[in-house]
Order: sequence, then structure tokens, then C-alpha cells
Amino acid sequence: MNRDHRFLSGGVTSDPWDNLKRLTAARVALGRAGTSLPTSAHLEFQLAHAGARDAVHSTLDADRLADQIRAKGLSCFVGNSAAAGRAEYLQRPDLGRTLDEATIKSLSDWHQEEGAPKFDLSIVIADGLSARAVRDHSLPMLANLITLAEKESWSLSPVVIIRQGRVAIGDEIGSQLAARMVVLMIGERPGLSSPDSLGVYFTFEPKSGLRDDSRNCISNIRPEGLSHALASHKLAGLLRGANERRLSGVQLKDDSELVTVDSDIADIGNFLALADIREHYASES
Amino acid sequence: MSGYVQLAGGERWHFRDLKCLLAAATPLRSGDVLAGVAACSDTERVAAQMALADLPLKAFLNEAVIPYESDEVSRLILDNHDASAFALVSHMTVGDFRNWLLSDECTEENLKTISTGLMPEMAAAVSKIMRLQDLVLVSQKIRVKTAFRNTMGLKGRMSTRLQPNSPTDSVSAIAASVLDGLMYGNGDAMIGINPATDSLSAIGQLLEMLDSVVGSYSIPTQTCVLTHITSTIELINRGKPVDLVFQSIAGTEAANSSFGVSLSLLEEGREAAMGLKRGTVGNNVMYFETGQGSALSAGAHHGLDQQTCEARAYAVARHYDPFLVNTVVGFIGPEYLYNGKQIIRAGLEDHFCGKLLGVPMGCDICYTNHAEADQDDMDTLLTLLGASGVNFIMGIPGADDIMLNYQSTSFHDALYARKVLGLRPAPEFERWLNDMGIMQIKRGALTVSQSLPAPFSRAVLAATAEAGQ
Repeated sequence: MNRDHRFLSGGVTSDPWDNLKRLTAARVALGRAGTSLPTSAHLEFQLAHAGARDAVHSTLDADRLADQIRAKGLSCFVGNSAAAGRAEYLQRPDLGRTLDEATIKSLSDWHQEEGAPKFDLSIVIADGLSARAVRDHSLPMLANLITLAEKESWSLSPVVIIRQGRVAIGDEIGSQLAARMVVLMIGERPGLSSPDSLGVYFTFEPKSGLRDDSRNCISNIRPEGLSHALASHKLAGLLRGANERRLSGVQLKDDSELVTVDSDIADIGNFLALADIREHYASES
Repeated sequence: MSGYVQLAGGERWHFRDLKCLLAAATPLRSGDVLAGVAACSDTERVAAQMALADLPLKAFLNEAVIPYESDEVSRLILDNHDASAFALVSHMTVGDFRNWLLSDECTEENLKTISTGLMPEMAAAVSKIMRLQDLVLVSQKIRVKTAFRNTMGLKGRMSTRLQPNSPTDSVSAIAASVLDGLMYGNGDAMIGINPATDSLSAIGQLLEMLDSVVGSYSIPTQTCVLTHITSTIELINRGKPVDLVFQSIAGTEAANSSFGVSLSLLEEGREAAMGLKRGTVGNNVMYFETGQGSALSAGAHHGLDQQTCEARAYAVARHYDPFLVNTVVGFIGPEYLYNGKQIIRAGLEDHFCGKLLGVPMGCDICYTNHAEADQDDMDTLLTLLGASGVNFIMGIPGADDIMLNYQSTSFHDALYARKVLGLRPAPEFERWLNDMGIMQIKRGALTVSQSLPAPFSRAVLAATAEAGQ
């Protein structure tokens, strides 16, 4: 191999296995300055981390989202968890799982005024750890859900948007609104390459205090992960299955055909242990 | 009146029992606040530290923080307490013990002698009244040596676990990360994958894949695919090439039970791997991961502070002569360790307590994106742990684990620490790196080759051809 091309520019040594980058999304063959990260690789990492941090600390414009939902002809509530702000939310997961008193009151007042109706489905949207994911993906997912509910003739409660919410808060809301099923859309913990990943959680017969094993989850909903269409397809399968079998959680399996994330990265197997390499090395040593 | 009383700041402070005293004396961290066991003020915290400093070490033998009858970890700790090893320090208070540890009279030999006489609660207690520099100074006196296909824990050495995770368990993606890491002199502690799947057949294939890489190039290292110990035992029964048996462990019986393990199951796993006799220079076969907050997260902390729970996990670990123990310090999230300051202190406490108890400690120096931490915090902890004599750290391409979605230390980071602190890889692995022409350390200067060794070069060419370039 030609020695010269390894020097990209002053002080940076590139790695002569650049070709392996096409096999993985991992940060391989970054090159080095001395043995440290080259400036470009360092700043690319910083940018990715900044994106993830900004997603965690982004604020959900709940009123705007509520207007967009009302424009679809649905009624909508905006409320808060018991966590007062982001710092408290991050340190007190227990508070993020429960509604604040004002929200509890407004939900129960409304429910009583309406004559304590029962619903087939409640939809809850919470910022979670990425308001950006909610901003970008909750409306198209909601539209697909509404279509499904119409097809199945399921009654829908008002949509509830919660600031500083965690997953379990959906169960409390579903129970407040006397809903048989609750679907919660929430921003997931951002990864360096996924600041906008939405998760969808689903509970049959929601009530406060249920554990994780009572819920089903569809994760990694974003353009580079699970598309809105595929995620909605899986969710529809789960909701129909739950509605028939009257349960959710670990006992409810996802029967939709195995949907994997589209990947343009091919798996060519273990190229490090191809037989000819082994033989070659054995004869050399 | 029962409990502990301390005058401080013109006030009289009362701590109900040993558990409360330990919790109140713990430097501030979010997990203890979440559990409701933290001191209510900075003054109360220092008052508790003063009371703790006056407490005789012997007190821990008389008051189990979790009752003997209801917790098998408490029984393990008390039943295995070595009174003759304890004799050297048995007259000391916690405060005396700190002074002695820091003193020049306290030698590496002394520390080795007393380790089986120390209860984890004693280690946790003294760490609570130590500053970071104290934790570093005492830790670096202690060497905990273990061996399998190479030797860990020697003076002036720092190893890395090469962690080539892939979100789809793609074998070629894993191979690419392995080659990347080896070319940066990483992977002597182990090559260890966190699989995306829990399918036994898929995990078996990953074990075979790693084994063939280590075999093809005669790399003096060991491999691990991190799955539940019951799965690993089953894979051993199926004849798969298992070097190290992994398991997450914690410091209470209830927390271990939430992980689906018990002390007897850990013994079963150890015996299964020992029987394979795959080690060449030693037969330490267990690899444990721990982390502050795991007991609370399982609702299994019994009102104990998270750092004392963590130290008790090391008492579990040492019972099985592990090859390595890894405190995955920042992985659990900001509800347990909120920011860089808390993560850094916890990493150093864990390393210190583990080493004092005779455990071969390493650290996954890491954070998640919702913690108030960044690369600068990781550099600080890496440098301090390097100075402390940590047995190993992680090596991950570009510090970015694309499967577990968190940031740890990179291959480059390990070379930084090796250069700045004069640390070398495990001796067997260093020879291999040298023989392969990958890395040389001469007169303290570390140089990395600019070209691939012939067999790797052929592998890369083959991969390029296969991928259809």
C-alpha cells in the first residue's frame, strides 16, 4: 500500500482500513493525530452529542401541538406531570410518572361534566426525553391511529398532551378517562445518532401502578429507524390482538411479520477468519 | 438513646442507626435523594461524616445493615469474615483507618493481608470520608492480579475491554470494530459483545465468531458474549466456546433476585466454565458488571445508600475469584448519578472499594445523553482512574456505543492514558502487538504502526472484495 495517501493533512494519520466503514455505523477508522482524535472526528462527535443534549432539553410546544390536533377535529387537553422542570424531571422519575393536581382536576371535572363516558381508546402524547421526536413524529402517527380507530369503530377520548411526562403516566390518564386501551407516544432517550426517536407504549385496561411487563412497546420510530408506516402497522396488530385477547404486555406477542430496520449495510460475515487468511497466517508464523 | 449523636455547626445531630448514618454521610448524589436517604443539608452530611469517623470498625461486625436472617449477601459477608486478617486494623475507628491507609506505614503487603478481614460496609464507610485524591492515593497501592489467557492487574499496566457492539449483531460490523480496536492496541482485557438478541443460537454464533478471531491470529486475550448466566451455562452444555462467564450482580439478595440470580447460581456458572479449562496462564473465569443505583432501581436497597449497596456487590464478586469486575458507572442515568461530578466521584469510590476488598476492578467510564456530563468529565475520570491503577477500561470505536446508545471511552482514549501515565497493555498482549508490528513501546515511548500487518491487510482486502467494491 502506498505510504503517502495515509497522510490526509499535516499531523493526521488516516487508517488504512477505511473500506471497513461501509460495514458498520460504528465510528471506525477515524484516523489519528498522534494517537488522539483528529479535529474533524472530534468535532463531529461534539456535534452529535450537542444534538442529543439539545433534544433532551428541548421544550415541547404543547399549545401548538394541541392546535394542530384540534385542527384534525379531535378535542385535546394539555397538562403537566408532577415534575416541575427538566432538572427535577431527570432526577425524579417518580414525579414524571404522576399527574400534577391541576391536571388531575381538569381531567376529572371534564369527565364528570360529560357524564362519565367510557372510551375504547385514549391517546396520550408526552415529551419524555426528546420533545423533538414528539414534534417530528407524533402527528403522522396520530393520523394513522385515528384511521385505525375509525376502521375498528373504536371511540376515542380527547387526546392528552403532557409536559415532563414518563411512560407510566399514560396509565393514570387512561384510567382517569375510563379508557379500555391507552396508547402513549413519548420521546425516547436520544442516542448520538438518534436525537429524534419516538417510542409508543400501549396498555390494555390501564390503571396507576402497573409495571413495565403490562405494557407493549414499539421503539426507534424515526426516518432512519422504524418508519411511521411500519410502526403504525405493528401498533395496529398489537391493538387488535389486545382487543381480542383482552390483555397487553409480555403475554401479548407481536404477530406482525418480522419487521427489521432497513439497512444499506450488508453483513458479509466474519471476514477476519476467512479460511485463506488463517492458512496464510499459519504458514507465515 | 440508641443510634448516633454528633455535635456540629452548633447543632446536635441524631442518626437512627448505622444504615442512616452511612446514608447521611454519603457525598451528595441524586440516587440517595430519590431513595429519601440522603442528608437534608450539607451540615448534616458533615456531621454524619464526623460521627462515622469516630465509629470503631468493629461496629460493623455487630450491626448488619441488612439482617443476616433475611439476606444471603449479608450471610456471605459475615460468614466469610476473616477475623485474623482483620486483626491488624480491628482497634481502629473509621477515621483512624483513613489515616492509616494514607500513611506510608500502610504497604501493599498490609493491604493484601487485611482484604479478607474487611467488610464491604467498612470500605464504603471509609470512602465516604475520603477526598478524590485519597481514593486515588490508596487505590494505586493495591494490585489485584488475575489471569486467563493473559495477566491483568500488574503494576504499570492498564488493559481495555474491546466492545464491538452492533445493533443488529452484524458479524461483519463486529469484525470491523474488532480490527479497529486491535490496531489501536485495545482488547487485552477481553473482546466482549453485548448482543442485541437473547437468542441462544445467535449468541452461540457470536461466541464462535470471537473464538475464531482469537484463534486465527493467536491473540492472547479472552472473549465474552454478555448474556444471562443461565444462557451461558446452557451454551457451555451445548459445547460453545465460552471463556468468561458474565453476570450483572448487586449488593442485596433481592436485587440479585431481580436479575434472576442467586449465589448458588453464580457458583454453578463458575464451575461450568472452570471445567472447560480454556485459560492458558490462569483460570479466573467470571466477569461481573455492577453499578451504583442498581439495587434502588429494583426496589431492593433496604433503605441503604447506593454506594454501600455497591460495595456489597464487590463482596459477592470476590467470592467467585473473578477475572474482571466492571463498574458501569454512568450508564444507569441521572436519577442515580446526576452529573459529571457525581459520576467521577462514584467511579473512584467504586474502584477504591473494590480494590480494598481484593476485587480486580475496572470501570466503564461512561455517561448517557440525559446526564449532565460530557467528554471532558470522562477525560477527568479516565485520568484519575489511570493514576489509581485501574485494571481495565472500555475501548469502543469513537467512544460511541451504537447498540447501547451511550458514550464510553474510545480506543484513542486508552492510548492517551497509556501515553500520559506510562501505562502498558497486559504483557502477553503487548508482546503480540509487538510481534504483529501493531504497536511498540520502547523506552517509554508508544508508537502505533501506520500500516496493517499482512494477515489483517488480506482480511481487509477480502472484506472489500466481498462487499463488492
